[in-house]
Amino acid sequence: MAADGLEAIGRRAVEAAIGAGAEDAEAWAEGSRGREIRVHRDEVESLTEASERGVGVRAWIGHRSGYAFGTDLSDQGLREVAEAAAAAARVADADEHSAPPEAAGEAEEIEGLRDDAVATTETTEVIELARSIERTALAVDRITGVEEVVYVDSDGESALASSRGPSGSFAVSQCYAYLQTLAGDDGEVQTGLGFGVGRSPRDLDPEAIGTEAAEEAASMLGAGKPGSRSCPVVLADRVAASFAGFIGGALCADEVQRGRSPFADRLGQELAAPAFELVDDGLDPDGLASSPFDGEGIPRGRTRLISERRLLAYLHDSYTARRGGAASTGSASRGSYRSPPVVSPSNLIIEPGDPSLEQLLAEAGDGVYVTEVAGLHSGVNPVTGNFSVGATGREIRGGELADPVREFTIAGDLLGTLAGITAVGSDSRWVPFGGSVRSSPLLVGEMSVGGA
Amino acid sequence: MLIDSAVAEKVLERALSRGGDFAELFCEDRSGFSLTIDESRVERPLAGRERGAGIRVIRGEVTRFAHVDGLAEEDLLRAAGDLSSAIGQAATRPEPVPASAAADGAEVEVDPASVPAERKADLLRELDERAREAGREVTQVTVSYSEGRRHVDVANSEGLRATDDRTRVRLGAQVVARRDGEVETGFETLGALRGFELLTDDPGRIAEEAAQKAITLVGADPAPAGETTVVVGGGFGGVLFHEMTGHGLEADAVQKGASVYAGQMGEKVAESLLTAYDDGSMPGEWGSGAIDDEGTPCRRTPLIEEGKLSSYIYDRLRARRDGTESTGNGRRESFRDLPIPRMTNTYIEPGDADPEAIIAEVDRGFYAVSFGGGQVEPATGDFVFGVAEGYLIEDGKVTRPCRGATLIGNCLQALTRIDAVGSDFEMKTGFCGKAGQRAPVGTGQGHVRIRGMTVGGTAA
Repeated sequence: MAADGLEAIGRRAVEAAIGAGAEDAEAWAEGSRGREIRVHRDEVESLTEASERGVGVRAWIGHRSGYAFGTDLSDQGLREVAEAAAAAARVADADEHSAPPEAAGEAEEIEGLRDDAVATTETTEVIELARSIERTALAVDRITGVEEVVYVDSDGESALASSRGPSGSFAVSQCYAYLQTLAGDDGEVQTGLGFGVGRSPRDLDPEAIGTEAAEEAASMLGAGKPGSRSCPVVLADRVAASFAGFIGGALCADEVQRGRSPFADRLGQELAAPAFELVDDGLDPDGLASSPFDGEGIPRGRTRLISERRLLAYLHDSYTARRGGAASTGSASRGSYRSPPVVSPSNLIIEPGDPSLEQLLAEAGDGVYVTEVAGLHSGVNPVTGNFSVGATGREIRGGELADPVREFTIAGDLLGTLAGITAVGSDSRWVPFGGSVRSSPLLVGEMSVGGA
Repeated sequence: MLIDSAVAEKVLERALSRGGDFAELFCEDRSGFSLTIDESRVERPLAGRERGAGIRVIRGEVTRFAHVDGLAEEDLLRAAGDLSSAIGQAATRPEPVPASAAADGAEVEVDPASVPAERKADLLRELDERAREAGREVTQVTVSYSEGRRHVDVANSEGLRATDDRTRVRLGAQVVARRDGEVETGFETLGALRGFELLTDDPGRIAEEAAQKAITLVGADPAPAGETTVVVGGGFGGVLFHEMTGHGLEADAVQKGASVYAGQMGEKVAESLLTAYDDGSMPGEWGSGAIDDEGTPCRRTPLIEEGKLSSYIYDRLRARRDGTESTGNGRRESFRDLPIPRMTNTYIEPGDADPEAIIAEVDRGFYAVSFGGGQVEPATGDFVFGVAEGYLIEDGKVTRPCRGATLIGNCLQALTRIDAVGSDFEMKTGFCGKAGQRAPVGTGQGHVRIRGMTVGGTAA
């Protein structure tokens, strides 16, 4: 569906909401096409072709807001969604800060958010890509199987219309592939994960994806438990990304204002180690969360969050900005038209440092290299920042990677860990865990490792 | 009935027009409403309705799937035609689609959509107040109400036609308590495959229970780390079995060799005191339905009988591969997803041990009452669970509360170390995520004791 078509649908939905009694209204319309391919043992196990379209309407009546969504984009369908949104608004309690966002400057076009190759690459070609990922992994010594290779792409357009001002549309493509490999020896099974992300299949390197998963699984064979102790820990880029996502979530002003963040009342404080710099960047063309404007039409931007030890900013949408007497950072995000915008990081960037991974390991001396964490949803207390999560990785001995270890926990608290980062690695890549993060490995001077 | 049987037949015919072993049309009309109270203010009212269909064609081991928004005949035929185009054989003739369906939805006394939204808002205000009255330590209360209705209509090329109309209602209360700079969270839920009548019997108690948990934990010491005996509580404790064993019994993981239970059918995987079921036919339970999302009637499936592995969890596709029948576990989040084998309500059958004695027999141990969630790696069986509410057991008594504990282990090992199953029993509700799809699931058990588990704690 053409974007101007979506904008027109948005405008009609806004008009319908005003007609249904809303004082103000905003509509978010989406249309997308996509594929999902699962390959196992060189065969296509499933091939899904998805087409989706829908609209969500946010309505305001006297500082009350309500939301409704639907998939029927006929005039009758739009009217039903608009009426449901207005009815929903009447149920909410009034909140003086609840109001439509004011127009905040022109959003600029970002080059490179969509690669036409996502649409022009034939399905047979992406099937071959998935197969070659699997073949690469299976060719590695001691790899006994691949659970499945998953390839997903989408090509979509989003449009916003509002009774107050902001309106516009943009097109975005993305794709990713991942696999889980199995390595075995004497009845033992270990797993490894590999992945790649990009704007189109030509951004994916099947060799690199397959090799990463295979080497990780093979390297885990013979894993034991590390001894329980406090020691230096190197977080691999994927784990660092999850950690950054955890920080980004806690820096959302909504959580801060509602007293659910360890960063509450700490703006301007020196709380991080000097090595660690964190930026939220909604404009980087390589970041899959980038867009010209956010989920309520405010231009996306670049916000330095942590720099030179200090906490410099929280992430705001128009509601939290009004409530906190700040400006929106363009951080209203939408999972889809099915949900109202919420404050959320866009792309988080961990600014890379100087040392290579080898140098980080050497600096750690004796410690643990953590390649994966599990239980982030259960083992983390977002209010206090305390965490205890299951982990997998390698011992570091004499500054080098040694025996594989699994079934242990790493524990600590967010602020303590943030202050304890002694170095950030120079290698940097996009990781789709913890949101969209450009991540680098981190050396933390001391963490609590719970094992044998 | 969401779709005319003549239309369904045409769609299936088109889907198989160039060959294929099996075709299915899954139509759905889903709607929902949710509302939250936070900072004592009713907010985030959210209403939605979606109609659409998913069509799949299976040929050999290959599944092709397409989904469309809306149920317009021309859209369904176009999607079916696209699916068939890649196959290129002689047409397969589908069986006629019956006009009447085999199953119907559970009865709902009070359709939640008919209850004024204002009444739901008042209910949230009542729960907010209940939680705040529980103690001065309570600083934050968030309660969410949600209702959802899924009307599904399945027709396939083997002549199956089945419908279901599932209405679910759920309340979730989260309470934060604060004391001397320490902060802890308590959580409690109430949910069922029922109408608004679920909420007539003192729903406010869950707010109070969530508040009590938070208040208890806020004074707690950090959990000690190490290997110990763990007593898992009833109800929410069933999450442990769901995660560490249930997922490994789902046939997709088993067939890929990505389960520690592959090749173990009939083998002894636990002491004979352990029997466990998956049962999607429990009346009114959160994970129940009349049929699964492939039209197979929901039923009770013994997973482990007296310590022996007795069945995997199947959908149609995986059952066909193993030459067996679906166990009625082919579930999908919506018409936009392919069905995959999923648990419904999974539980450990009550044993004969007195729950108090189970604890009294432990000198030193850990009592895990509820979990914040968990994760398991099916291929290796390694798991980790965050303990939401936990206590130390000292000299056979539950003593001090502990915070920040996790249980870490391997499911094969942990299951064999269960040495007591309590005679008490409780079911709880939750959501399970798998392959990007969310499904309502029930978990249940009484008190269960496991010897020799690793507790990961935050104590120095």
